Amino acid sequence: MSTLSPSSVVSPPAAIPLGEVLPWAIFAGLMLVLAVYFVGAEEGATSIFSGSYVHEFVHDGRHLLGFPCH
Amino acid sequence: MTGKLLLRGMIAGVAGGLLAFLFARVWGEPLVDFAIAVEERAAAAAGEAAEPELVSRATQAGLGLLTGLVVYGAALGGILALAFGIVYGRFSRLAARPLAALIGAFGFVAVIAAPALKYPANPPAVGSPETIGIRTEVYFVMMAVSVLVLIAAVALARHYWARLGAWNATIAGGVAFVVVIAAVMLLLPAINEVPEDFSAVVLWRFRIASLGIQAIIWTTQALLFGFLAERLFASATPRAARLGAA
Repeated sequence: MSTLSPSSVVSPPAAIPLGEVLPWAIFAGLMLVLAVYFVGAEEGATSIFSGSYVHEFVHDGRHLLGFPCH
Repeated sequence: MTGKLLLRGMIAGVAGGLLAFLFARVWGEPLVDFAIAVEERAAAAAGEAAEPELVSRATQAGLGLLTGLVVYGAALGGILALAFGIVYGRFSRLAARPLAALIGAFGFVAVIAAPALKYPANPPAVGSPETIGIRTEVYFVMMAVSVLVLIAAVALARHYWARLGAWNATIAGGVAFVVVIAAVMLLLPAINEVPEDFSAVVLWRFRIASLGIQAIIWTTQALLFGFLAERLFASATPRAARLGAA
């Protein structure tokens, strides 16, 4: 007779296969890091676009998030 | 599954960015305004012409701030979800909610807290424009090193988990992190560009407000993402398997 209730059976969570997670991690990861770059550093030390519109637009957020701004 | 996790992470991050925006409006913006006034007075005293306003202050403090925080939150939430997707069930047996909370806490320490101790946030008027290159460089170096050291410290704790026990292995990992980070901080150049007469009170409040904004973003995204991921896993479990287990 089994006395194990479902809640007492702890099965370790199943990992997502690396083949599925790695392409996402690399491509989406790059895009997301680029997004952080635009908020945190574009048109400061380095520029992808010329001018300073991006810098000025996110200016307050950049200061308040703790990135070096100008 | 990874795509679904990523979407949920980014949603959680956007929620964190929105909450942080409310906080930043109330506790951050008055300090930015104060610092900009100081900056303009200093420029006027030096006889410099006023800078043309490319983006109005209202936009900077409104739509610009909102955009910055939401994009930043979405990006961090996405990165949190990707890290979670790699660690879940592979390097950790924790369930979704506690694992998301743990990754969020570790992430906050490595990405925000440790770099902020060495290179804290600065309001406008603090920091000379000539050094923006080196300041940006060392800030991101500090951040990258701190993330790597944290991963190494976790690996160290896991290595000694069985031999020392969970408690002592965790302490060993924590001590290793603190010691290595302290050495890194000692090696990286110090940057102190606060003008002599800048209000210490404003500077302190600005730095605390900056940490508050980050704490809101990281806490919200980690807790909300954990909740969403757990619900996703529950709904993804085949119905037959659930009935079979019961």
